[in-house]
Amino acid sequence: MRSAGAFYVVAGLFLLCAPFLGVYPVFMMKLLCFAMFACAFNLLLGFSGMLSFGHAAFFGASAYVTAWVATAHSWGAASAILAGVVVSGLMGLVIGVIAIRRRGIYFAMITLALAQLVYFVCLEAPFTGGENGIQGVPRGSLFGLLQLKSDMLMYYVVVAAFVAVFAFIRRVVHSPFGQVLKAIRENEPRAVSLGYNINHYKLVAFVISAMLAGFAGSLKSLVLGFAALSDAVQGNSGEVILMTLLGGTGTFAGPVIGAATVITLQEYLSDVVGGWVTVIIGAVFIVCVLLFRRGIVGELAVLQARR
Amino acid sequence: MTEIFGIPVAVILGQLMLGLVNGSFYAMLSLGLAVIFGLMGVVNFAHGAFYALGAFAALLGLQQLGINYWSALVLAPLAVGLVGVVAERLLLRRLYGLDPLYGLLLTFGLALVIEGSLHQFFGASGQSYPVPDALSGVFNLGFMILPIYRAWVIAVSIVVCFSTWFVIERTRLGATLRAAKENAPLLQAFGVNVPLLVLATYGAGVALAALAGVLSAPVILVTSEMGSSLVIVVFAVVVIGGMGSILGAIVSGMTLGVVEGFTKVIYPEASNIVVFVIMALVLILRPAGLFGKE
Repeated sequence: MRSAGAFYVVAGLFLLCAPFLGVYPVFMMKLLCFAMFACAFNLLLGFSGMLSFGHAAFFGASAYVTAWVATAHSWGAASAILAGVVVSGLMGLVIGVIAIRRRGIYFAMITLALAQLVYFVCLEAPFTGGENGIQGVPRGSLFGLLQLKSDMLMYYVVVAAFVAVFAFIRRVVHSPFGQVLKAIRENEPRAVSLGYNINHYKLVAFVISAMLAGFAGSLKSLVLGFAALSDAVQGNSGEVILMTLLGGTGTFAGPVIGAATVITLQEYLSDVVGGWVTVIIGAVFIVCVLLFRRGIVGELAVLQARR
Repeated sequence: MTEIFGIPVAVILGQLMLGLVNGSFYAMLSLGLAVIFGLMGVVNFAHGAFYALGAFAALLGLQQLGINYWSALVLAPLAVGLVGVVAERLLLRRLYGLDPLYGLLLTFGLALVIEGSLHQFFGASGQSYPVPDALSGVFNLGFMILPIYRAWVIAVSIVVCFSTWFVIERTRLGATLRAAKENAPLLQAFGVNVPLLVLATYGAGVALAALAGVLSAPVILVTSEMGSSLVIVVFAVVVIGGMGSILGAIVSGMTLGVVEGFTKVIYPEASNIVVFVIMALVLILRPAGLFGKE
């Protein structure tokens, strides 16, 4: 427990100082957006036991909505992000109602299929720019006060958002609501017999996770200035699973560490190995599932407990 | 020219024909998925990758070794089935007894490795496979033109699907397979080599996907991504039919292909998503799937 506290202090200090340590702020912001995405996903898989294979739908749709209202209608940053989160929440409600009718692998397959539907809508809807996506999204200003054009200012906004999401998820997991989710994950028939309306709990968890994933997507489109098919594509759903699995499913820091590892690998590997990145990602997936199912943080926790 | 709702009948029939061809592929792929899932409880995400591998095996055989279409029809599924057998033996076998989600994740990783490698070796642009001479040309049915190769695909698919159904539901081998699904330890105690059975089933399911790949090579562009979106449609087909139901997989595969073809005539923009919309409706009305028992 003490090492976890120390870890958060070091990580917090690093986030505050990163731009002065020579880390490229845009890269760091992208990394944090994906870390939020992975944390949102982990709320579902790690703390509620539902494997969604379609989380890119929320990330992507929200990225598109924010990009569209910011570009075509010149909305400010806060309202553009809010629009994205509301849309992803509504989508989470619809997809969730359908998907939670089944469990386990069926749930995974259904979310995958519905996310593919969303992908085709992103490809063909009149406002999404088809294959090109929406480019040149302005960051605008926050509440009309802070101009977000400067990478430095934007960076601290993203850090604040990340800390808020992280703390919110911790709060949800430790709340009575989170405990019920855990009970459902561990033993669903028992939770039913205790009188909990489990579908209601699952749906709320699904919608929260969808909204947080959407929030990450919205922020990403402002940070990088575009929304594209790569946000909504099936591979993005796969990557967020990998990040969570690699870092440690069901741990708080795991998805963050997993996201940092995957994004860093992609950034540097693509220069070295080019198109082999997909193969390497696939191989990491296989190794993780075969040898490393607890993930980095999970394995470390086991090591520490043994000592 | 006769018309229905202002659309020439020949156009409608042509699209339905294409739909039936696609449905043939859906049926063969979802059949293999259902067989693998039924026995092993593994959702084989790599099914689309094996389908692509089948098409590339045929293409490579033709270009490098001069193996013709007819031999490829047998050799490519054998070769790819062998790859499947190796994958089961080295990777999937280690996951039995764990949550089935791990099988899904592992095969997802496998699909990325296979498709990524194909992309690296053969590039992003597609290649085409020539239609074999004996099957080129068209039948003129009077009311529509029917390319012979398309008719061939549908015929082969129907024969393959129903022989698989027959083997599993009506023979002693099939009875053993179903017994392994019900109670593997007991079957093992009777002296049946269950791990070998599982190995052979995975190999056969994968070979079926590769056969669909060879069949599709002359009608579509052979690319490394040809299976990656197809596998999602096939998942939806399997959810609609009811997972583990062999007949359900065949019937819903064919039907959804036709429905998709029909959508292309009426409202082309929706043809990519119609299968997913139907899946959502089926889940709302009958969560176990049309042919599922639960």
